[in-house]
Amino acid sequence: MAERLRVHVDPDKCQGHARCKALAPELFELDEYGNAHEAGDGVVPPGLEDKAWLAKSNCPEIAIDVIEE
Amino acid sequence: MSDATPPAAHPPVTDWVHDFDHTDPQWTEDPFPIWEELRAASPVVHTERFLGCYMPTTYEAVREIANDTEHFSSRRIIVRDVRPEVARNAAPPITSDPPEHKPAKQLLLPPFTPDAMKKLEPRMRAICNELIDGFIADGKVDAAARYAKYIPVRAIAHMLGIPESDSDLFINWIHMILELGIKDESKLLQAVQEMSAYFRTHIEERRSKPTDDLISYLMNARDKEGQPLEESHVLGSLRLLLIAGIDTTWSAIGSSLWHLAKTPGDRERLIAEPGLIPTAVEELLRAYSPVTMAREVVKETTISGCPVKAGNMVLLSFPAANRDPEMFSDADKVVIDRRENRHAAFGLGIHRCVGSNLARMEMQVALEEWLRRIPDFRLDPAGTVAWSQGTVRGPRQLPFLLGKAM
Repeated sequence: MAERLRVHVDPDKCQGHARCKALAPELFELDEYGNAHEAGDGVVPPGLEDKAWLAKSNCPEIAIDVIEE
Repeated sequence: MSDATPPAAHPPVTDWVHDFDHTDPQWTEDPFPIWEELRAASPVVHTERFLGCYMPTTYEAVREIANDTEHFSSRRIIVRDVRPEVARNAAPPITSDPPEHKPAKQLLLPPFTPDAMKKLEPRMRAICNELIDGFIADGKVDAAARYAKYIPVRAIAHMLGIPESDSDLFINWIHMILELGIKDESKLLQAVQEMSAYFRTHIEERRSKPTDDLISYLMNARDKEGQPLEESHVLGSLRLLLIAGIDTTWSAIGSSLWHLAKTPGDRERLIAEPGLIPTAVEELLRAYSPVTMAREVVKETTISGCPVKAGNMVLLSFPAANRDPEMFSDADKVVIDRRENRHAAFGLGIHRCVGSNLARMEMQVALEEWLRRIPDFRLDPAGTVAWSQGTVRGPRQLPFLLGKAM
C-alpha cells in the first residue's frame, strides 16, 4: 500500500468534462471556463483514495494522474 | 412536424461494411448490431454514399480522429448528400478549427459551468413538473412529444432570453437542419435564414433594452483586442446554442425513459436509490449516446492502420465508440451502476460539448421528477416507438401507459 496518493490534472489534456469535480469534489476545482485542476497540492486526504481512482477512471480525456508517493 | 417535400431516395443498404448509410431505416431503428458488424470488419469503414464517407467503429479510432485537428477539419459537422461552400462563422466554435477555435469556445464556456447550471436547476424542476401536470391524469402519454422534447428547448430558450412559448418554432428549425437537411439543402438554408432573422430581431431589441441573457452576453463580448464580435459570429454562436441545445438532450431523456419503461428492475432500483441517478445518467449516456458529429478529411493520413483520403467526410460516431467492447466490459449491456465509464457521449478533444453540464443537469432533473411522480410506466403495446434519423438519435414517439399494469 502506498504511503499517500496525489492527484494531478494535465491542463493540456483537460477539456472541461468536469467528471472529476462531480465524482470527487474534495479533490478537484474548476476554473472560470469549467476546466479542472487539482485542489491545493493534490494530496489525497485519507479516506478519499477511492474517489481519486474513480475520477481517474472516468476522465474521458485521460487527463488525470493518481501518483502513489 | 409535417413536410411536403419527400427526402431524396437512398437505395436500401445490402452491404453494410462497404456501403453503410446512417439514414437507412434499418440503422435508424436499431443501429447496434450494424455497428458490431462494421467493427468486426475494420476500425475504419468507408462508403461511397454522401460523396465519400469514412466511419471509425472503435473507441480508439474515434479518439484518434477527435484529437487530430491537422488532418480532420470541423468546418462541416454533418454528413450530408451535398457539400456546399463553407459559410464563414457558420456555428462557432463547433465549426471552427484551430487557431480560431479556442477564443470562440472560451467565450461560451463560462455561462455553462456546473455552478452556473446549479442556478438554473430550480427553473428546470419547475418546467418538468409543469409538463407532467399536463398529462399525468390521462393515464397515457407520448413521453417524447410531451415531456422529453420540451425540457431542453425551454431551458435553452430561458438562457438565451427568448420566449419559451416559441419552442415549436425552434423545434421545427432543428428538424429541418439536422434531419431533413441531410438530403434537402433548401430545408437547411430556409431554417438557417429564419433563425438568423429571428435572432437579428432580438439583437435589435437589446440595443435599446439590454438584458442579462446569453444574447446580451454575446453582444457585449470583446475579443483580445477589445473589439466586439462580428455580427456573423454572434449570430452563428446563437444558432449553435439553439441547435445544439434542443434535440440532443431531448433524445437522451427520451432514450433514458424508453430504457426504464422496458427495464422494470432498473426503474425500481432508481426509485429506491435516487442517489444512483447521476451514475445511471452516465451509463444511459454511454449506451444511448444521441450525437454523431462529422469531420472532413483535409489531409491524407492513417487511422488505426487504415488509410483515409482527403475529400471524404467522417461520420464521427461517439455512440459506436461507446459500444466498443475493447473499451467497456459488457458494452452491449446497460449497467446502471457502472463505476468506470469513460464514455465519449459529449465528444472528445477540443470540441467537447459546451453544454454537457447543462445536458447532465437536465437529464438528472428530468428523471428525478418523472420517477418521483410517475414511478410506474411501461411502453404502450398499442403504440409505436419511432426514432429520429441521422445526426442525433433518440425517440420521437414514445407511447407510454402510466400507472401500475392492471
